[in-house]
Amino acid sequence: MTDEIRQIIKDHARLSVDVEEISDDDDLYLAGMTSHASVNVMIALEDHFDVEFPDAMLTRSTFESIGALAAAIAQMQMGASV
Amino acid sequence: MADFRPGAPDQAAFLGELLEGRLLVETGVPGVYGRGEDFERVRVGVAGMISHAGAAEDPEQLRFPPVIPRRDLETVGYLQSFPHLAGSIFGFTGNEAQAAEQYGRASQHEDWSEFQSMTELVLTPAACYPVYPAIAARGRLPVGGVTIDAGSAYVFRHEPSGDPARMQMFHQREIVRIGEPEAVAAWRDVWRDRAVTLLREIDLDARFDVATDPFFGRSGRMLAASQREQKLKFEVVVQIAGPEPTAVASFNYHQDHFASAYGIELADGSGAHTACLGFGLERITLALLRTHGLDVETWPATVRAKLSTPAF
Repeated sequence: MTDEIRQIIKDHARLSVDVEEISDDDDLYLAGMTSHASVNVMIALEDHFDVEFPDAMLTRSTFESIGALAAAIAQMQMGASV
Repeated sequence: MADFRPGAPDQAAFLGELLEGRLLVETGVPGVYGRGEDFERVRVGVAGMISHAGAAEDPEQLRFPPVIPRRDLETVGYLQSFPHLAGSIFGFTGNEAQAAEQYGRASQHEDWSEFQSMTELVLTPAACYPVYPAIAARGRLPVGGVTIDAGSAYVFRHEPSGDPARMQMFHQREIVRIGEPEAVAAWRDVWRDRAVTLLREIDLDARFDVATDPFFGRSGRMLAASQREQKLKFEVVVQIAGPEPTAVASFNYHQDHFASAYGIELADGSGAHTACLGFGLERITLALLRTHGLDVETWPATVRAKLSTPAF
């Protein structure tokens, strides 16, 4: 799953570094992702994984790293709610 | 027409008083009003009070008309955030036959939109927007960045409302700071605090709050959450009419949103940050009328004195 997330980050997050250079735990905002870019990431993730982020999860912390996104998507795919 | 938001009962009543007292003049479209002399004298007085408060910074004075290039609206991504508030300008470039048909429809107050096409212009949504490309065109910033006073500029928001404090076209008294991140963020905070003091000096019960812009839709809720978390926006609020206090000024730290869009660089070539403040002159005027009464001649002398500085 993280490979798919990485591809979406590469396509939409507009990082100032290559996505290959960041770990699953690195801060995406520090890597150059703006809040507007994070919205585009959100929409692309929802399309790709066929999930819908509930409002409570549309926070900066959900999108702060590839690992955080993977955990969020896994949670949504299991149908768990926050 | 965009969805009309009726005002709360006391907002509607306040509007009625303003119209009857000829402080505001009905046009038939909610949120668009003419202004009487007393209203304008107060509004200009508020503008002058703010100029005086900012004089020590010795800002550069720039003025722009109330339209911006459509391309600039597109460049800064306004339509991702506020598609529902934008006012675009269309025009006619057809032939005689089309002009005749258009005129026929218009005479009957029917829909003539099919004869209209996009122009290069949109109405200015916020008074700071034209400042960024103008500064970017100069090349790298001087050391210390710049402070730009954009005067009292008309801006447009497509939101017809029965609340007199929610006009579709109103003045923002606008100052913009462009420079190093820490300096810009600190400047924003200083003005936020200064604004509370200024408004209290004219007997308005002002305080500030973290706030968000009215971003559109679901992604808008995400943008708002991010903006609030980072405290990028503060509003100074005053009770006018309605169930809640009204934001009469905002203090906005944009980080690199506008500077990146236009490639504004610091003297050393690194990316600049920007912040802006906007005082809602009509809202402050309405707050004064609500607080001190509709007869300006009877206002406290101290308040009237504070509103007597020339605005330029």
